[in-house]
Amino acid sequence: MGSRLLGAAAPFLVVGALWELVAHAGAFPPRLFPTVEQVAATFIRLTASGILPHHAAETLLRLAVAFGIAALAGALIGIAMGRSRRVEGLLLPLVSIGAPVPGLAYAPLFLLWFGLGDAGSIVLVAFVSLFPVILNSWTGVKAVKEIWIRAAQTMGADERRLFRHVILPGALPYVLTGWRLGLAQAWRILVAVEMLAAVQWGLGWLIFGSREFLNTDVMLAGIAAIGAIGLALEKLVFQPLERYTVVRWGMIAS
Amino acid sequence: MRALISIALFAALYEATARSGWFAPALVPTLPLVGARLYDMLADGSMAGHALSTLYRVFAGLALAAITGLVLGFLVARYRALERFLMPLVSALMPIPSLAWAPVFILWFGLGNVATILIVFYAACFPMLLNTWTGARAVNPLWLRAAGAMGAGGPALFWKVVVPGASPFIITGLRLAFQRAWIAVVGAEMLAASAFGLGWVIFDAKEFLNTDIMLSSLVVIGAIGLVFERLVFGTLEKTTVARWGMVRAAKA
Repeated sequence: MGSRLLGAAAPFLVVGALWELVAHAGAFPPRLFPTVEQVAATFIRLTASGILPHHAAETLLRLAVAFGIAALAGALIGIAMGRSRRVEGLLLPLVSIGAPVPGLAYAPLFLLWFGLGDAGSIVLVAFVSLFPVILNSWTGVKAVKEIWIRAAQTMGADERRLFRHVILPGALPYVLTGWRLGLAQAWRILVAVEMLAAVQWGLGWLIFGSREFLNTDVMLAGIAAIGAIGLALEKLVFQPLERYTVVRWGMIAS
Repeated sequence: MRALISIALFAALYEATARSGWFAPALVPTLPLVGARLYDMLADGSMAGHALSTLYRVFAGLALAAITGLVLGFLVARYRALERFLMPLVSALMPIPSLAWAPVFILWFGLGNVATILIVFYAACFPMLLNTWTGARAVNPLWLRAAGAMGAGGPALFWKVVVPGASPFIITGLRLAFQRAWIAVVGAEMLAASAFGLGWVIFDAKEFLNTDIMLSSLVVIGAIGLVFERLVFGTLEKTTVARWGMVRAAKA
């Protein structure tokens, strides 16, 4: 047990030691290349004073609100596109044009239209993570087997029950995949959006603002917090979702 | 045809909004204005200059990432010790969005190309590495044994069996890496570029409320992304993996 823990920690110890060597060698100015213990001390100081948790909480709140909007709206639009030829014909060309444009390219435009700060950044992140959710939900409805629909109809299912008991469960794995991709997308750009949108609190702003004062230790502490949140999202959200999706896919294949 | 109708509808809706006078014309320019601006910037060559410097940054970063990802990916798949050392670091670094590094890279390397290329590199490196690694491990062991039985040695085994066998995953990795890189380069140019690049043009135009310039650059960014996604990577897939008959084998 102990040796396994040591084995898992070994790569980090080696990289940490290398970092220490470079930092102490004095080849770079210490303000730009702080030692590991400085970064750790800053991390602890910022956490104890509540500054870092406040930044992290604001970032997470923004992520949750923006992704919540995208998850709901995207699934509704995607399913509507899958169910109705007319909606599909109307929206699919627009979605296929908008989806490949990198989300951050919209950032200045959205900040002009919706203002700096929370409104602009949340609308932008929601808009960007909308696309994978729409595309996957739409694919999901399309992927429901024709024979299941006909079987349910033969057995006397009306439109509502057909939707509730056949189409929705059939499309669910794809919707979940869309959510997973959308959340990952939202996370990847949120930090950058916070830097551009001049929000008052948020990890992106914490890092970007420290640039003015050459506080490299604060930046690295902020990046460590971002990494921890990203890892938590990966382990607590993406992987369970994936496992659940795979299980559902397995059921569909059988 | 139907696509054209829906695009025309959307354009008409936008045009009506722009002309309704509800919003400041500087924020919502009419389509003819945007078109004229786009034409001007294309005609005087400034758009081409910005596009070229963006493409230079994205491909410099992508090339570095592809080489690093390929070499490390194959090595990690081959040597377990390296896998045990490198993969924990990868899974710790991967969840950090590349743009979070932007301020640090700016401090270390200054505004300009180096910081931008490094951000692109960081974004594109991980999908490349992970896909190469997965691809190399997904090579059917039967092929390896068959080739070994027919007398293939180390290098031949690697170039004739492992590389073609892993190629579908590698191409997917390259495609993913390009998508990530394309997002990263736009963001990086907004934060770290000094005077050139499509991302910088958009960001700079915000200061002067030049919404028409922003929309023109958005069109160019979208068009370039679409060309690479569809034409370049689509063709690459067709001429390599599909021709070698690897796609079906990988899916089976």
